[in-house]
Amino acid sequence: MPLLEITDMVVGYGRIEALHGISLTVEAGELVTLIGANGAGKTTTMRAVSGIRPLTRGTIKFDGQDITKMKAHLRVLEGIVQAPEGRGVFPGMTVQENLDMGCYTRKFATKAEYQATLDHVFELFPRLAERRSQVGGTMSGGEQQMVAIGRALMARPKLLLLDEPSMGLAPMIIQQIFRIVSEINAEGTTILLVEQNAQQALSRSHRAYILETGEVIKTGGGKELLADPSVKEAYLGVA
Amino acid sequence: MTGPWAASVFALADSDINFNISALGHSFWQLTIDGLAYGAIYALVAVGYTLVYGVLRLINFAHSEVFMLGMFGQYAALMILGFSPSGNAYAEGAVMTIVFLGIAMIVGMAVSGGVAVGLERVAYRPLRKRNAPSLVFLITAIGASFVLQEFVHFILPKLTGGKLGGVNAQQPIRLVESKQQFTIFGGSVTNITLIIVISALILAFAADVFINRTKFGRGIRAVAQDPTTATLMGVSREKVIMLTFLIGGVLAGAAALLYTLRIPNGIIYSGGFILGIKAFCAAVLGGIGNLRGALLGGLLLGVLENYGQIVFGSGWRDVVSFVVLILVLMVRPTGILGETLGRARA
Ligand SMILES: Nc1ncnc2c1ncn2[C@@H]1O[C@H](COP(=O)(O)OP(=O)(O)OP(=O)(O)O)[C@@H](O)[C@H]1O
Ligand SMILES: [Mg+2]
Repeated sequence: MPLLEITDMVVGYGRIEALHGISLTVEAGELVTLIGANGAGKTTTMRAVSGIRPLTRGTIKFDGQDITKMKAHLRVLEGIVQAPEGRGVFPGMTVQENLDMGCYTRKFATKAEYQATLDHVFELFPRLAERRSQVGGTMSGGEQQMVAIGRALMARPKLLLLDEPSMGLAPMIIQQIFRIVSEINAEGTTILLVEQNAQQALSRSHRAYILETGEVIKTGGGKELLADPSVKEAYLGVA
Repeated sequence: MTGPWAASVFALADSDINFNISALGHSFWQLTIDGLAYGAIYALVAVGYTLVYGVLRLINFAHSEVFMLGMFGQYAALMILGFSPSGNAYAEGAVMTIVFLGIAMIVGMAVSGGVAVGLERVAYRPLRKRNAPSLVFLITAIGASFVLQEFVHFILPKLTGGKLGGVNAQQPIRLVESKQQFTIFGGSVTNITLIIVISALILAFAADVFINRTKFGRGIRAVAQDPTTATLMGVSREKVIMLTFLIGGVLAGAAALLYTLRIPNGIIYSGGFILGIKAFCAAVLGGIGNLRGALLGGLLLGVLENYGQIVFGSGWRDVVSFVVLILVLMVRPTGILGETLGRARA
């Protein structure tokens, strides 16, 4: 049974239909990437999975349970946590407070458990430990991305949704973020990743889906798609 | 600037406005002390405007009626406890006075908190469900303000056999006889001033700790700064909105009791209106959406307005508030402390 199972999902904004019935699955433990051009519907898919955009048709199942109609804030309790496109760092809160927002709904059995979660985030992003009391709005783009990912990890997600974590970052930092994404996945967290950086993302993913104007046009193993000529041409900038 | 038009305008102003700086000098400390007491009340009411604005970007015009109903709530509680309006103050010793003050304040807080949450449920939530444009919210707020006033004006007296509400002001129940306790630079500090300032300080401090140091406060700030991301963190926006109205209402209810200690002429259905506008000014003055701004704005407005009425004449008290507001906004359009609770959104 897949951890996440989307069947024939249609999502629109007003009269405009952004997704025309897509189906995709993510197995527990997988790192699955969604790639596609601007406006293909990647963010819309992520929003629908998190529940902040309603479906007009289709179903979403998570861990065997139909969550199509479940309220967004309750999905966090189920283990679906997203680091959204544009990072969504709370600008008026410190790094520490932002991280604490990540575990807003999580109940820690002991104070030590909380501390261990926090320490783990600081291990992945030592920069955040240095900047604990800095206000989110004054952090650099890369630092904000670290906050966004770290914050999502505070919830100990079953499914981590990452929407373009490399957007707007310098190549060095992109490398670092990708390495950490792989690391989080290797530790056992299932990840659905949206990326423009197809080369990097595909080479690290178990599987990938290619989205074009609201439809899945191709799916397969990450390495397999990397070698696919039409993918190379369209998404990897190779003729 | 001559001619009949100018003459008539100046004649109008002439008869009323003074410019008496020496009076300000004479009673500076007394004016400051009394101004702070008024300002503390503005501050508590202003919190309700500022928090609701922070999470909903809505000016809840009916907040002044939430305050007004708090006054009636504590009044009703005292009547049930056997008090009746009279010229004499209650005089059974300090302990019992404090007990009754406490009961009246808690009932006022409960009534105002309940009304605020109820108002949110009945008037605003259905609009949110329908994605109504913000203008519709604003008009609804103004409508709700009238409805609540008219409820006390016409319906409450019918429900209570004429004991509460109605067209005339309710004679005050005097719990505390004003007595000087000590002086600061010649300015007299009465027991009533002390009760107001100390209660307001405790409540303001509690609100500040709640918003800035607790998990639920963090949830409120998260919704104010970025509602969508707050939802992604598992925050229920609806619960936060309810909580926000509750806090604002409870503080307004406490302010309602403090206010009745100061006013000599009793309470009336329209009695929240001017105070509400002042508190709203205070919130804007301090930076709407900003909790500490509302507290600071309230105190500042109370004091400046008290200076102003001495310098320009008592009829100009309200005008001073608005002039101060306009002057500050010309220099700092986001208010003194700016919009920190919701800095993220335009
Ligand atoms: N709030 C909105 N209102 C109306 N249309 C929207 C809204 N958000 C997205 N869309 C439309 O839905 C379609 C899919 O958008 P989406 O944001 O999902 O694309 P994306 O694949 O994430 O693109 P990008 O790579 O640029 O982030 C686009 O045509 C977009 O214009
Ligand atoms: Mg996108």
